[in-house]
Amino acid sequence: MSEPSAPQTASPQTPAAAIEMQDVHKWFGRFHVLRGVDLTVQRGERIVICGPSGSGKSTLIRCINRLETHQRGRIVVDGVELTDDTRRIDEIRRDVGMVFQHFNLFPHLTVLENCTLSPIWSLGKSQKEAEETAMHYLARVRIPEQARKYPLQLSGGQQQRVAIARALCMSPKIMLFDEPTSALDPEMVKEVLDTMVSLAKDGMTMLCVTHEMGFAREVADRVAFIDQGEFVEINTPEPFFTNPQHDRTKLFLSQILR
Amino acid sequence: MTDAISTGAFVRRAFSEPLPPPPSERGALGWVRANLFGGPLSAALTILSVALLVWMTPGLVRWLLIDAVWSAPDGDACRQAGTGACWAYVRAKLLFFTYGSYPRDMLWRVDLTLLIGAALAVWLLWPDAKRKGLGLVLFLVVYPYVGVMLLHGMGDVTRGLLASVARLTGSQSLADMAANALPVVGTHLWGGIFVSLLVATVGIVVSLPLGVALALGRQSKAPVVRFFCIVLIEVVRGVPLITVLFMANTMLPLFVPANWTPDRLLRPLIGVALFASVYMAEVVRGGLAAVPRGQYEGAMALGLSHWRMMRLIVLPQALTVVIPGIVNSFIALFKDTTLVAIVGIFDFLRAVDTQRLDPTWTGPTISTTGYVFAAAFYFVFCFGMSRYSLMMERRLSYGRKH
Repeated sequence: MSEPSAPQTASPQTPAAAIEMQDVHKWFGRFHVLRGVDLTVQRGERIVICGPSGSGKSTLIRCINRLETHQRGRIVVDGVELTDDTRRIDEIRRDVGMVFQHFNLFPHLTVLENCTLSPIWSLGKSQKEAEETAMHYLARVRIPEQARKYPLQLSGGQQQRVAIARALCMSPKIMLFDEPTSALDPEMVKEVLDTMVSLAKDGMTMLCVTHEMGFAREVADRVAFIDQGEFVEINTPEPFFTNPQHDRTKLFLSQILR
Repeated sequence: MTDAISTGAFVRRAFSEPLPPPPSERGALGWVRANLFGGPLSAALTILSVALLVWMTPGLVRWLLIDAVWSAPDGDACRQAGTGACWAYVRAKLLFFTYGSYPRDMLWRVDLTLLIGAALAVWLLWPDAKRKGLGLVLFLVVYPYVGVMLLHGMGDVTRGLLASVARLTGSQSLADMAANALPVVGTHLWGGIFVSLLVATVGIVVSLPLGVALALGRQSKAPVVRFFCIVLIEVVRGVPLITVLFMANTMLPLFVPANWTPDRLLRPLIGVALFASVYMAEVVRGGLAAVPRGQYEGAMALGLSHWRMMRLIVLPQALTVVIPGIVNSFIALFKDTTLVAIVGIFDFLRAVDTQRLDPTWTGPTISTTGYVFAAAFYFVFCFGMSRYSLMMERRLSYGRKH
């Protein structure tokens, strides 16, 4: 669906940027969701994207692992341009972990099986190796004792931490978070944010759609405000929060920071 | 403890212990109150049901058990006035009901086939059984071959193979086997329970995978595949099974070369399997629709390829959701196998139906006895399937709250 574009840029040496988006457009029917988005995410960079509902922030990060297809422009992830080539897309998805608002854990598999499924089937790991990795990351998100349970037996916060561990088990180079705390009960938000903070401190490249401004202040290298399918303002957290430039940013911040 | 709250600020000092529920909610009395006499309508229905049971049960028990004739050389005892069910007739005809006209000296071939099938079925259906993959291969690949060889007879290919092995090894017993073992028993001699089980098993075993394939094909991105699946599903589903059976019986031979004409039993088998498959396809489609979008996205985001996603994530959940529908189809199919009688197959019900006219036995209670026996047979199987599916539903609920 994307138009024929410049030759593939899969260069043998490590490319500089983790994600490059150039003039990305996306329509849902007649609705122009993304209106020419440009964004370069450096390796190890943590970016928080915020914006009002319907602004296109989820669509934007869902384009990065091609859960949505963009219709114009270029997206290059880890040096590989996103095209219709499904095999290439599957490869990119293995390198890009994603955490969803509603967890999207597989309810018919145990927590451990959720974490080992794709390493075994997509990366060809042995079951033993995959389980060791899984237990390592489940310990990392502090719920190793839940490994044999089914997702629906856990609390929302625990489920989201499993989802993070499941993504980490693929050893991703980039992690995408799509409003990871929005569906949680208030008392469970912190345990998930703590996990994300520790991940950020370890140098993971992260792109987070979230309205947790405390999290943004603590870990983000840059905060981006998107409205009506366009970036309105991108800045480091300190000036972004204390001295926003654009009126729409000011209005948005005044609405969510009470 | 409520006195402090009404006057403003309040801090709890001690927490209450849980109390047992009131007597009306507990024990046998609570159960009776809740389930049998929950209200005027419930109470009236309870009384009506009990009255009905009291009215019917003695007569039934008398007819089925007390006044029944359990053993008799012929129908004379059953023709006496006031006798109940003529079980002696069922006993006398049991061989025919089970095997039809299958040669009596070769019944072991049917027994062995049924036994192997039952063993494999238990292996596959037992929830905690190990190595089900091997069981599945045995059931789907080896068993059909062995079954056909046992029931119908050794084919020319196998016979030739055996003969060459005999020549190579010079073994006389193998050569004898190649020449004489398992002579062909034509399907016109087959009949009774084993044919019903055969038709039902083939229908069930074919319809599940074919139904899944058709359901997936129906939502395929390839227009040709999708069109073909939709046409097949809608056409076959829009036609009565009897029509499908007639079509299979009279039209299949027209489509293939004369010497390739399918066996007279194979034709309705194909018809039943096809008919069951399109129903299954629609049941599975419902299950696929019930799998949330997020499950696909979760699987895709992990880089699972399309087919692995379908096999490991989507289908297990879709099929679990529609277990009641699947079993419903199986039960309907099991009873629909009686329709193959229309194209001349001697299934169980047809066997029962023909024998009631046997002059040695014919009498006022013979038909009823035969049909009650047939009903009991179908009920046992269908009820078994139903209970099994309920058990599997509970096992596969994965911590969902009920």
